[in-house]
Parts: sequence; structure tokens; C-alpha cells
Amino acid sequence: MADMSGAATANSAPEVLEGEEGVRRRDWIHIAALSTAGVGAASVLFPLVIQMAPSADVLAESTTDVDVSAIQPGQSIRSVFRRQPLFVKRLTPAEIQEANSVDVASLRDPQTLAERTLDGHEDLLVTMGVCTHFGCVPLGSGEGENRGDFNGYFCPCHGSHYDVAGRIRRGPAPLNLAVPNYEFKSEGVIRVG
Amino acid sequence: MSFAWAKQYEPKTPLTKWLDEKLPLPRLVYNAVGAGYPVPRNLNYMWNFGVLAGFCLVLQIVTGVVLAMHYAANEEVAFGTVEHIMRNVNYGWMLRYAHANGASFFFIVVYLHIFRGLYYSSYKAPREMIWLLGVVIFLLMMATAFMGYVLPWGQMSFWGAQVITGLFSAIPFVGEGLQVWLLGGFSPGNAALNRFFSLHFLLPFVIAGVVILHIWALHIPGSSNPTGVEVKNESDTVPFHPYYTAKDGFGLGVFLILFTFMVFFLPNALGHPDNYIEANPLSTPAHIVPEWYFLPFYAILRAFTQDLTIPFLGITLIDAKLLGVIAMFGSILVWFFLPWLDKSPVRSGHYRPLFQKFFWFGLIPTMVVLMICGGAPAEEPYVVMSQIATAYYFLHFLVILPIISQIEVPKPLPFSITEAVLGSDDSAAAARTGSVGAGSKGDLPDASLQPAE
Amino acid sequence: MTIRLGGIIVGLAITAVLVLWSLVPGLYNLAFGEAPEKAASYAFYEHPKAPEGGFAFDGPMGKWDVAQLQRGYQVYKEVCSACHGLKFVAFRNLRELGYTEAEVDAEAAAWTVPGIDPQTGETTTRPGTPTDQFPSPYPNAIAAAAANNNAIPPDLSLMTKAREDGSNYVYSLLSGYGEPDPEILAKHPDFETPVGLYFNKYFPTVNLAMAPPLVLDGQVTYADGTEATIPQMAEDVAAFLTWTAEPSLVQRKQTGWFVIAFLIFATSLAFLSYKQVWAGMKPKKK
Repeated sequence: MADMSGAATANSAPEVLEGEEGVRRRDWIHIAALSTAGVGAASVLFPLVIQMAPSADVLAESTTDVDVSAIQPGQSIRSVFRRQPLFVKRLTPAEIQEANSVDVASLRDPQTLAERTLDGHEDLLVTMGVCTHFGCVPLGSGEGENRGDFNGYFCPCHGSHYDVAGRIRRGPAPLNLAVPNYEFKSEGVIRVG
Repeated sequence: MSFAWAKQYEPKTPLTKWLDEKLPLPRLVYNAVGAGYPVPRNLNYMWNFGVLAGFCLVLQIVTGVVLAMHYAANEEVAFGTVEHIMRNVNYGWMLRYAHANGASFFFIVVYLHIFRGLYYSSYKAPREMIWLLGVVIFLLMMATAFMGYVLPWGQMSFWGAQVITGLFSAIPFVGEGLQVWLLGGFSPGNAALNRFFSLHFLLPFVIAGVVILHIWALHIPGSSNPTGVEVKNESDTVPFHPYYTAKDGFGLGVFLILFTFMVFFLPNALGHPDNYIEANPLSTPAHIVPEWYFLPFYAILRAFTQDLTIPFLGITLIDAKLLGVIAMFGSILVWFFLPWLDKSPVRSGHYRPLFQKFFWFGLIPTMVVLMICGGAPAEEPYVVMSQIATAYYFLHFLVILPIISQIEVPKPLPFSITEAVLGSDDSAAAARTGSVGAGSKGDLPDASLQPAE
Repeated sequence: MTIRLGGIIVGLAITAVLVLWSLVPGLYNLAFGEAPEKAASYAFYEHPKAPEGGFAFDGPMGKWDVAQLQRGYQVYKEVCSACHGLKFVAFRNLRELGYTEAEVDAEAAAWTVPGIDPQTGETTTRPGTPTDQFPSPYPNAIAAAAANNNAIPPDLSLMTKAREDGSNYVYSLLSGYGEPDPEILAKHPDFETPVGLYFNKYFPTVNLAMAPPLVLDGQVTYADGTEATIPQMAEDVAAFLTWTAEPSLVQRKQTGWFVIAFLIFATSLAFLSYKQVWAGMKPKKK
């Protein structure tokens, strides 16, 4: 008769297991097995997702040394930081005065020149050459380029005007040109990043 | 499709009801690999490898797509980008080792799946189409694996590409041109590397398509089983879910333990050191061998050492190179004819004493010998061994199988799967007489398989 | 029936071609032909040996011996780098050998790498930075061949993975130069190491173009006071080159333990679940 019951139970599969004690043990073991499989599947996702993050060689290139000693007042140079243009500009006293004469409260992104430069190096303005609107490279760092209405930088894509301190004054860009983290590595050389 | 007693999908929530009306995808899955697919209740562990092969395909596609994000198919940098993956990309080493060993495990699983089919004659009517599609999948896999092995652009990659495309140069008249066309040059170079990458990316999705056909074809007669006796009534089957999902889940766990052991502790054991040397068109490695899963076929290729000539006249009919190529392609081609070569009315090798002997003491040792010879240098005694094994290989499929299917006296078959599982005591006999489904024996596809009691 | 008949005919034909044209002549040669003579080098060749006690990174629990890797780096820098590059390794990777950031900066600056003059655009050299890769000692393969009697010194980044049993191979090769065994030499009196090559029983053809690089005990002076015998230097540089070939080796093994422990746990649960689902399906054996 044992065989008969076995054959009969085969026909009505899932109900077979619902013995009094069976229910609890079955549920426990299946839930445990399935959740463990879920944890496993989720942990497999981790390397599959994180592989898209910057790789070790890209991260290693995330600092740049720039020699700023040769930049004359009024001159600016373009360098590269994280494969993006970096503007380094030596301001003339007149430009510093112009920048400081602006009513900070009236700005879209209120910042003083001092907040955008290092202590004791107020004449050295280091900004990313990336418009905060949609990421174009603004003009104004090169000799003879359009510096916009505020004698700073001008983005030709959608007409954002930045002033001498790289602050947004007119146009669609929401923020001032970003100032990256940097410090003086030695006299005349800054390390960006 | 499927049996009359198969469970029907019943959407319960409003959302699943709505979905079932618009796009009955859950119903499709339910009927394909869910409770709606009745499966013989007596499948052994050899029936796990179909699902595992599917898992391997997914594993290869997922890791492969991810690796392709970092790889560049250019002969100047390909080797370097693979090293970039190994050194710089986050978990790149893990992904690459998983992909490389995944290919090997895919072949292990598929070989077990194929030899399961050979032993239990899963290729016989009404399942010929499943078998034919399976052979197509295997051929596509071989092409994909070969092209994938070229991508790292190591020494084995380069010389493998050279030798394998050289197979086509054996074809009379058009061969040389064909090889140049395949490579897009006179030796493997940028053109070959780029097209192999493109096809290596494409073919797995073609395989996935044929896999869907393979499963579709499977669901028409339903799964075979170790007795080879067809399903007669409901007591012979269980729903795929939860019975075989649970069993396949366990099987997948065991597979993953073995797989991860190789990935994390012996990742290069199945590869070849020479492929860590950048491709050099001017220097061939001392001993070039294909990946292990091609070794039996490589042995067949090399078994033909002499041209086929008319003795004493000195006229060459077919040269040795072409003979080897024909034999190598022929060795897989014979699988396409298998359903019609083996006409034994009994499916399972379990009930075929003569077939069983030839399988275990003929075919399996032959495959082992071919694999050893394929990896050995072309010197004695390996050449003679590979020749004997190659001869047996063809004799087995083309001569021995047709003959033993004529002369063999099979052992008595169980009346039904249920009887095979539960034993044929009185109670089972009672169940048998009571069973309605088995009454109309004439309609059953395996009516000829009835035991001679 | 036609298929089977055709199959039998084709099968017999293939076998006949194989047996009559390839196997029979082969067997005839094997029986009556002269056995091909193996090169004498086979008699001298020996498989690589592990250093005494093995490497710290061997086995599933293996870990880097950081002090040894630093010593090995010193051997590479002072001996091997004269001829061999390490192009897949960057100076920044040396941090994994336990050097601080400042030490790596200084180390990188001590190497000269190819560069471009920012004013003129001409190729020149400059001190290395941590992001630079180890420079190749030769500008190109032709220069390398010309300087080394046509034998190009291979890049060493992947050497231990590009040879069978690579770590032991490098160790054995570097410490295995010497004279051929006189006993074997007596059996192969014609054996001779060609001019310009050097005998080494661990090299597949036993004669290689590389002159013995480690010739003196104390050839390098280890900062940590380890005695620099030839086997010690060979072992250290073999360990270093194992690291350059696979920096992720230890992380890989450690991750592996974690993954396999998890999988054994998950598979046990899957097994219990499977047995639970099938409970009552199989008859009790009488």
C-alpha cells in the first residue's frame, strides 16, 4: 500500500507536503534556500556594476601638476585635469579690483574672489574650463578670444558670460566655473586633484 | 503541446490577469519551465545538464558583454586591453577568469548533455528535431569559442586563427582564396581580429535563438527519461516546478562550487601559458594545441597522415590535409544522421546489453584516447592511437550502431515510468489495470516498445 | 534503410582509407622504420623545481611575502632591468609592495622614461611619475635584437604566467646555470652548447641566449640584511615576477574562500529544499 500512496501523491504534487509538521519545515527551508540564492545573485551584481566605475589607471591620473610660475599678470594658460580643460589665470591688480567691486549678493552664485582662490595667492585663479550649463569649453583663456560682456569667459554654446573671477553673470549657466581642489606643491607648482 | 493533465496557468491578481490578456509572458514561462510542464518523474542527475547549459550561456553572455566594455579589437592594443582588464578594471580579473573558465565549463556541461543523449538515445523519434537543433547549437558554440580564443591576441590566439582558417585552404580550387577572404589578409591581423570580435559578440545571441527552438521542440513530445518508455498517464509525471526547479537548483549549486573553485584557485589550469605571450607572426610556439574541448576533433584532423593515392600509379585522389578536414567535419556531421542510423526500438541504453557494451567500452574510451592524442605532440605512439580511435569513432556511429540495432535482443522494458519507479508488485499491477491512459496502446508513439512479457 | 546502408558504406570507406593509407604505413614504420632520434637536449632537460620551502603565495591560503617582493624588485631593478622591460606594471603599483606614496614618487622619479619636450615636441626623456609604466630598455624590437645577438629579451610582466609552472621555472632557471651532467654527457658525447649560448638544464632546449644574470653571492645588497645568495636572489625575483604577472593573486584566493563557503552553505540549503520537495515521491525500499 505504501506504493499506492506514493503513486497517488504524485498526481497531486504540491499538496503532498502539507503534513502538519511538514508545512513549517518546508516553508522554513524553502524561504532560507531562496533568500540565500537571492543574496548570492545580488552579490554577483556588485562586480558587474562596479566594473563600470573608473579603473585604477584612470583614478591614478586624477592629479595633475601645473607649473604656474611663468604666467604673467593678465595671462592665462590652459592645462588638462582629468581629461578636461583647466584654466589658470594670473589676474592683474585692476582685474582683482574689478572682481572685488561686484556686489556679491547680487550674483546668481554668490562667491567672493577670495573664496575662489587660495590665501595669499588671490591673483591666481584656477578653474575648470567647463561651462556649468552643459559642459562646453568657454572662450576667453586664449589671446584674442571673446571674453564676454564681463571681461572673463564666454561660452559660445548657449551664451553664458562669466566675469574675471569666473563667476556666472549672464546666460543660462546656473553656477560659477568650478574651482578644483588644489594646493601649492612647491613654489610655482600647483597639484590639482 | 504537452499532456492533457498539464496544469493551467491561472492568474490570481488583477495585474497578472491584465498582463495575461495583453502579453501572456508569465503563462509562457509557466508552461515552459513552471508547474505547467509535466516531466517524467524518474529523471536522474544526467538530466540536470540542459538547464546548466542554459545557465552557462547566460553566464557567458553577461560576463562577455561586460568584458567587451573594456576590450579593444585592434592588434596593437588587444593584448594590452586584456591586461588592463586583469590589472586596472574593478574586479576585471574575476570577470575575465569567469568568462574564460565559463567557456570550458559550458563545454563540459554540453558534452555531458550530448553523451546523456547518446546513451539514452534521446535523438530517436519523436525527438529528432531536438537533437538536430542541439547539434546546430554545438557547432555554433565551437565557432564562438574559437573566435573568442583569438581575441586576447596571444601566441595561441594567433596561431589558432592561422591553423583553423587554414582548414578551409584544404578545399580544392577555392580553398586558398577562401582562407584569405576569411582572414581579410594573408595572415591573421587587424581585419581578422575585428571580424572575429564582431561575430564572437553576435553568435551567442544566435545560439540563444536556437536554444529557444531547442526548448520549443522539446515541449512537443515532452522530456525523455532514463527508461526510454514514453509517458502514459499522469502518475508518470510531476510538474517541472517545484520538482525539477528544486533539483536543478541543487545541481546549479554543485556546478557553481566546482566552477568557482576553478575561477579562484586554478584559473589558468585549462588555458595555455603561451597565450600570455603577445602574438608574434614570426615565431610559432613549439607545441600548439587548441583548447581542450577541441582536442578530440583535432586528433581526428591529424589522424590522416598520408595522401589517398592509387597505389603504384602515383595519382593522388585526395591529399592528407583535405582527408583530415573532411573527417573532422564529418565526425560532427554524422551526429545529424544519428536518429536514422540507430533504429533500435528501445531508447534507453539501460535495456540494450550490446549497445551498452559498445558505449562504455568503445565510444567513451575512444573519446578519451582522442582527447589525449589531440593534446599530444604528433609523434608515436599517439599518431597510431589516434588513427585507431578515429576509425572506431566512425565505425561506431556508421556501422556498429545500425548493425546492433538490428541484431540486439533488448532486456524487458518496464511497463511504465511509474512501474519503473515503484516496482512491479501487486499494487502497481493493480494501478496498471486501473489506468485508462495506457489502454489505448496503439496510439502511443512507442507502441513498439512494449515489453515482451 | 537507405540511410543505414549508406552509413555503413561511408563508415567502412572512411575506415578503409584511414587504415590502409595512414595506419598501415604508420605501423609499418613503427615496426621496421628507424625510430626518430630525440634531440640530445631531452636527456639533459629537467622540470623546474620549487625553492626550498616553496613560495609564500603557493597554495590556496597563500599570501605575498611583502619583504620578499621588495627584495625581488631590487633584484629586478639592479640586474634584470638592464635588458628586460616590465611594460604592464606602473610605478604606482609598487604601493602594493608596501612602499609609501612618497617612496613611490621618489622611486618613479629615479627611472627615466621616454617623454616629449613640451617646447619643441621632440622625443626626449624625463623622470618617471607614478602613473608611468616601467620603461623598456630598448626603444623597439630591432634595437633589442641588435643589442643582444638577435635574441630579443622578452618583457617580464607576464613571464611567470607565460611558462608552465612559471614561478618555479624562473627560480630554477636563474639558479640553474652550470655544466652538463657528466654522466649524461658520456651517453651523448656529441652534445655541445653552441657558441654564444649558455647551458641551463631548466630551459626547454637546454641552451639559451641569456648569459647567467646572477653570478655572485652578494651581487645586490639587500636593505633588510638578508644574505643575497644566488638561490635567494632567484627566489626573490621569481616571487616579484609572480606578483607582476598577477597582482590580484592573493585577493583572488581570499575572495575564493569566501565565495566557496557561501556556495557550500547555499547548496546545502538547496539540497534540503530539493529533498523536502521530493519527500514522499520515492517509495520506501522494501
